[in-house]
Amino acid sequence: MDKKIEEIEEEIVDEFSFFESWQDKYEYIIELGKKLKGYPEDKQTGEYKVKGCQSSVWLVTDEADGRITFKADSDSTIVKGLIALLIRVLNNRTPDEILNAKLDFIGKTGLQQHLAQTRANGLAAMIKQMKMYALAYKAKQQI
Amino acid sequence: MQDILTKKIFDVDEVRKDFPILSREVDGKPLVYFDNAATSQKPQSVINAISDYYSNYNANIHRGVYSISIKASEAYENAKIKVKEFINASSEREIIFTRGTTEAINLITYSYGLENVNEGDEIIISEMEHHANIVPWQVLCEKKKAALKVIPVNDSGELLIDEYKKLLSDKTKIVAIGHISNSLGTINPVKEIIRLAKEKSKDIAVVVDGAQAIHHTKVDVKDIGADFYVFSSHKMYGPMGIGVLYGRSELLEAMPPYQTGGDMISTVSFKGTTYNDIPMKFEAGTPNVEGAVGLTAAIDYINCIGFEAIHKQETELLEYATAQLNEINGLRIIGTAKKKTGVISFVVEGLNALDIGIMLDTNGVAVRTGQHCTEPLMDRFGVPGTVRASFAFYNTKEEIDIFVDALKKAIEILK
Repeated sequence: MDKKIEEIEEEIVDEFSFFESWQDKYEYIIELGKKLKGYPEDKQTGEYKVKGCQSSVWLVTDEADGRITFKADSDSTIVKGLIALLIRVLNNRTPDEILNAKLDFIGKTGLQQHLAQTRANGLAAMIKQMKMYALAYKAKQQI
Repeated sequence: MQDILTKKIFDVDEVRKDFPILSREVDGKPLVYFDNAATSQKPQSVINAISDYYSNYNANIHRGVYSISIKASEAYENAKIKVKEFINASSEREIIFTRGTTEAINLITYSYGLENVNEGDEIIISEMEHHANIVPWQVLCEKKKAALKVIPVNDSGELLIDEYKKLLSDKTKIVAIGHISNSLGTINPVKEIIRLAKEKSKDIAVVVDGAQAIHHTKVDVKDIGADFYVFSSHKMYGPMGIGVLYGRSELLEAMPPYQTGGDMISTVSFKGTTYNDIPMKFEAGTPNVEGAVGLTAAIDYINCIGFEAIHKQETELLEYATAQLNEINGLRIIGTAKKKTGVISFVVEGLNALDIGIMLDTNGVAVRTGQHCTEPLMDRFGVPGTVRASFAFYNTKEEIDIFVDALKKAIEILK
């Protein structure tokens, strides 16, 4: 069985605790961003765009056996790295798991303080969009 | 205060001591503040003036019969005289305090604009305007079925004056132009722009957005011939929340109030109300006395440093930084006008401005990234946004070295 959301979050918090400076933490996020691939090019359109301020984010979802998978892209490598973290936590989960996820790792890693206060990176918008998709799938399942 | 007023020779190390925030650290690294076009830092004399106001004579102004209210009223009126002298207006009656540049432009559009612009009329702005000098005019044009005409810029980011001449017509009612571009640093020839408008018709009102100019260059509203000149205190080392609308008295006297309420009235009865004289006609409600006191101290500070020294230091920084940035592979400076202030906007091929900004911050360097509230201008240059470093006289070449090193490191990591 896959790891629980909280377990993966704990792993991420651990990984971030190895880095002493924010520069190192961001270098790690940039590495994750560079590795995030596989977003379908034909879906880099307004329809899949998450509203942000200074970066464009595209997000598509798929569903199989009641579980949701995400693919995403951004013109910002750092934002891509953040999405990679979110996807690592929320991918292949049921709508309820996604909706109930508290995503404490964002606070515990310090990313909250560093990023979430500014609308520039669109982190909050991304989480909202992922949860909206989960809600939509949940509604569909209940019909 | 006294030590500032007696300062004669410009010494950047000494000047930096006047700004307490400049000695702070970010994540253990010294703060390199290069976001001066967004807001400037405040000298201790401004901070002290505000603290002194609240500690010693805070009271509501006008009509108070007791000593601290009289002192506060005097301080507020003194601020108007200070601003009048600073921009060489004819009278302090021509100085209206607003919340900032944005409110000043809105005041003009709602008061002068609604009264004087009609269906089929035209308003001229430029491609490099800040959204604050675009959107209010757009709204006015929609309301009045008037047309908005836009002066284009060349590849260096300079206004095409010949195109402007072609746009001026019998239908032109207002020309609204930025004195200095917040995104590019371009210094626009406002005196010539105003002269050309007045040659077409003396009834064309020219509004100058001076938000980016007031602290870089000596502004003389009579010499340039502006009908309206607007700016914000917080860009000129003063506090946030207060700005200035200068308007020629004949125009202000003919304009209807923008907001109504206390302080702006002469008499009130349920049969009707008569309005106060200018400038109070345009200042409804309790004004920002703290802001006025802080702005007074900021003007004293600028006068003490002197525009000559400010210009010299900022020009040196601009030239030094431009030369270093031009050495970086794949970096393109957006805005290379012959006449510009200490603003450098740039893009790095293949890299996102936000990413660069975040990585610079990890080295203590504060810059702005994005569209800088000039979306049409970013479209003109075909870029989604830029990184913008903007300098003030208290910045140093050593800080530029830190910035350039951090930038090179960021590019290496992000590539």
